[in-house]
Amino acid sequence: MSGRLSVDVAIIGGGLAGSSAALALRGMGISVALFDKGFCGAQASGVNYGGVRRQGRPPEQLPLAARAAGVWTRLRGLIGIDGEYERSGHLKLAQTEADMAALEAYAETVSGYGLDLQLMGGAALRKRFPWIGDGMVGGSYCPSDGHANPRLVATAFPAAARRAGAQVFEQTAVVGVTRQADGFWLETATNLRVRAGIVLNTAGAWAAPFAESFGEPLPLSRIYPSMIVTEPLPPLMDVNIGMEGGAIYARQVARGNCVIGGERGLVLADPDFSRPSSDGARAIMNRAARFFPALQHAHAIRFWTGTEGATPDKNPIIGFSTTTPGLIHAFGFTGAGFQITPGVGEVLAELVRDGHSPTPITAFSPARFRPARSPASPGLTGAQDQNNQQKSEQREGFPS
Amino acid sequence: MTAPLIVGVGPAGIRAAQTLVAAGLRPQVVDEAPASGGQIYRQPLQPDGRSAQALYGSEAGKAVDLHRTFDGVLGKIDYYPNALLWNLRDGQADLAIAGRAKRIAYDGLILATGATDRILPVPGWTLPGVYTLGGSQVALKAQGCAIGRKVVFCGTGPLLYLVAWQYWKAGVTVAAVLDTAPASAKLALVRGLTLAPAIVLRGLKFGFDLKRAGVPIYSGVEALRFGGTARVEGISWRAGGREHHLLCDGIGYGLSLRPETQVADLAGCAFRFSARDRAFVPQKDAAGRSSVAGVYLAGDGAGIAGADAAERAGERAALALLQDRAFPVDTARCAALESDLAKIEKIRDMLEAAFPFPAHWAATLPDDLTLCRCEDVSVGSVRQAVQAFGLTEMNRLKAVTRTGMGRCQGRMCGAAVAEVLAGACGREVAAVGRLRGQAPVKPVPLTLEAAE
Ligand SMILES: Cc1cc2nc3c(=O)[nH]c(=O)nc-3n(C[C@H](O)[C@H](O)[C@H](O)COP(=O)(O)OP(=O)(O)OC[C@H]3O[C@@H](n4cnc5c(N)ncnc54)[C@H](O)[C@@H]3O)c2cc1C
Ligand SMILES: Cc1cc2nc3c(=O)[nH]c(=O)nc-3n(C[C@H](O)[C@H](O)[C@H](O)COP(=O)(O)OP(=O)(O)OC[C@H]3O[C@@H](n4cnc5c(N)ncnc54)[C@H](O)[C@@H]3O)c2cc1C
Repeated sequence: MSGRLSVDVAIIGGGLAGSSAALALRGMGISVALFDKGFCGAQASGVNYGGVRRQGRPPEQLPLAARAAGVWTRLRGLIGIDGEYERSGHLKLAQTEADMAALEAYAETVSGYGLDLQLMGGAALRKRFPWIGDGMVGGSYCPSDGHANPRLVATAFPAAARRAGAQVFEQTAVVGVTRQADGFWLETATNLRVRAGIVLNTAGAWAAPFAESFGEPLPLSRIYPSMIVTEPLPPLMDVNIGMEGGAIYARQVARGNCVIGGERGLVLADPDFSRPSSDGARAIMNRAARFFPALQHAHAIRFWTGTEGATPDKNPIIGFSTTTPGLIHAFGFTGAGFQITPGVGEVLAELVRDGHSPTPITAFSPARFRPARSPASPGLTGAQDQNNQQKSEQREGFPS
Repeated sequence: MTAPLIVGVGPAGIRAAQTLVAAGLRPQVVDEAPASGGQIYRQPLQPDGRSAQALYGSEAGKAVDLHRTFDGVLGKIDYYPNALLWNLRDGQADLAIAGRAKRIAYDGLILATGATDRILPVPGWTLPGVYTLGGSQVALKAQGCAIGRKVVFCGTGPLLYLVAWQYWKAGVTVAAVLDTAPASAKLALVRGLTLAPAIVLRGLKFGFDLKRAGVPIYSGVEALRFGGTARVEGISWRAGGREHHLLCDGIGYGLSLRPETQVADLAGCAFRFSARDRAFVPQKDAAGRSSVAGVYLAGDGAGIAGADAAERAGERAALALLQDRAFPVDTARCAALESDLAKIEKIRDMLEAAFPFPAHWAATLPDDLTLCRCEDVSVGSVRQAVQAFGLTEMNRLKAVTRTGMGRCQGRMCGAAVAEVLAGACGREVAAVGRLRGQAPVKPVPLTLEAAE
């Protein structure tokens, strides 16, 4: 669609970060245009493993993860479907004493965050989860974690945003953004010119060039987590499984398929795409058959990978741009954004409306990747956004 | 130097192997089947005393010649039978052979992966006792058994009459042949008499023999329904403005074929929509060169054209590979093969006109009908998802509904899903795209172990 459009907020990228922000903004009555170069939810948000877990996250992510956990429990009311979300619990296994010690240390570190981790030794583990093969030293169980179907959730968020009045443009790549006296101007590959007071950069693995174009080089690399899925099997895994050290992770969906992740895919000539490596896929398969004896006679029916942005410190980049007032980044979830991004959307909406969020996000400020120097002074973005901009001066996460 | 790899030893793969061997190369050849011949010239699993004439009828001479040709090159190729090629990348192919993984390196790839049956679901299509036409034929050819005692064959395409005739010849009661094409479509055959007299006369003979044997043949069949509880017990349809019912204990059903394109997809080949096949097929030039250097396409896998075309395309693709490596090649032979292939394309156009795909059916399929049987997705749930999410594309539909996500990876349901999606979102079937191929091409055991 070509032409012109004017909105309060333009969002680049219809993954879960962008589409949950669009929905939350509409809830505040703010006008929104959401753009995706392909289909909303077709990238990382829709093809991931589906783990909805807080266990294992660094402590600085836990307040945001808790915020997101609240969204997950309200999912049906928000997006109209339950997204096959199940609070099945997340069990992290230890193969060695050292792994077990790491789980214990983690439980200690995060004891104040309400994860209610239950540590168990090998015998207790075997008793409670008899389908796990011998050889595990123990595990750590988080009862309130779980899993969901990313394909459904990542499709339903943008659909709900659209129903709530967001203008959703699929197959509409944003090819350039500039900031002028009257606000941001976005240009799309379909020749649409969009004026917006605020821009959310939620372009996932593709987000860095937008920051860069505003003089803000941020370190974003790409990872390609690799998955396999089995044919449907009788009910077996009643929890979402992770492993200290990350050998594999596994869950069983209601339909009976076991989704098993681990290893990384091989990037293709076009780095937007990757393929599971045959060796990697076989490694995942063999480990799964070893750890879960009931899978020994199962078949793998499909492999896949997805493209995800990653940061050097494994924390996402969330917060106001350090160079450009009115530009807000939220990307680089480093393989762990599925659980957290529905909460990020709410936080982003608060940043837009209030200039700050009650959820602490200082640790994710883009400023952490900036050589120490004084912050850019926030300028005005045009009459309608003055209010936001003034508020944003006292915002959380702004470098000091 | 690493040897070229040929995938598939049907007529296309056999001729390709023969051509490369004649040029002094030692190709590697992979096929999932235990013996050479591909679909049409499939060999019995166990020698059972049936003659080539009994197995292949009018095509016995070609079958014997191809089997002999392949046997003749066996010492000069590296042949992996019973080997599923389940992934490939960068000159490395992954095989699964009896639960063991094997990786072979190749330089140059000739894909001769053939076709499988195309179907649209109809009520009762998942009942035991219902087979595809090709499947019915495999049972007869490879196992020497029939799919029932009293069998109905329905659908359309040249295989419909061929398989019915083969069953009748084998002594099975063929209760009826139900052709979904209107009788008028068969005028194309009459017009095609000058174009391909042998093919048309052979086809007409099947119909004539069946009629003479008292097998009722219906044209313009609509509203097919397969009935039964635990297994198929009968069939209903509408033809000539009347409802018909028939008791039977086996049904062979199919609507021509669809190319098997997964491996070409994994090899990175560009695809185009073929209006004649109503399917996306890998692009190729007249010689069989794909869009990827060093990858060649031959036979039904690159577009349905039949066994005679497959033989020529296999040879031509192999010659293209040789040309691209600066081997001396008989260019007159290349030109002759290409002109034969162009002529056969015209015959295929004629056959397609005579056996048109009932594209209008998709809109009439009831909501409660199972569309994707691996994942148990109904026609209605696809239509609903299209409504709810404004879906217009196959992979998005797959993400939301699971269609094409199961054991068959859309190889069986994909064509029907595309038709239903196109109907539901009001687009042409060409516009809804295709399911992207993923490894593994077919299910592989989790315990697939590395071979030394
Ligand atoms: C295979 C895999 C498994 C994973 N497993 C888990 C898990 O179990 N648990 C978990 O918590 N996390 C997991 N993750 C991580 C999680 O999926 C991501 O962190 C999260 O989805 C990121 O969301 P996003 O919105 O930032 O990115 P995306 O979903 O990638 O969305 C970004 C969007 O921006 C669009 N875009 C890009 N450039 C442009 C442009 N120029 N114009 C318009 N649009 C543009 C893209 O098309 C894309 O749709 C996994 C990731 C992968 C890949
Ligand atoms: C079931 C069936 C029956 C048919 N019967 C007839 C008939 O009787 N008469 C007629 O004129 N036409 C028939 N056809 C059409 C016929 O298949 C072709 O015209 C002809 O056989 C095409 O030759 P081809 O070499 O292209 O492929 P095919 O003969 O189909 O050979 C392809 C070969 O590739 C192998 N292959 C494919 N993918 C892989 C993989 N990933 N790994 C390993 N091996 C692989 C298959 O096992 C197969 O042996 C039939 C088609 C089908 C599907």
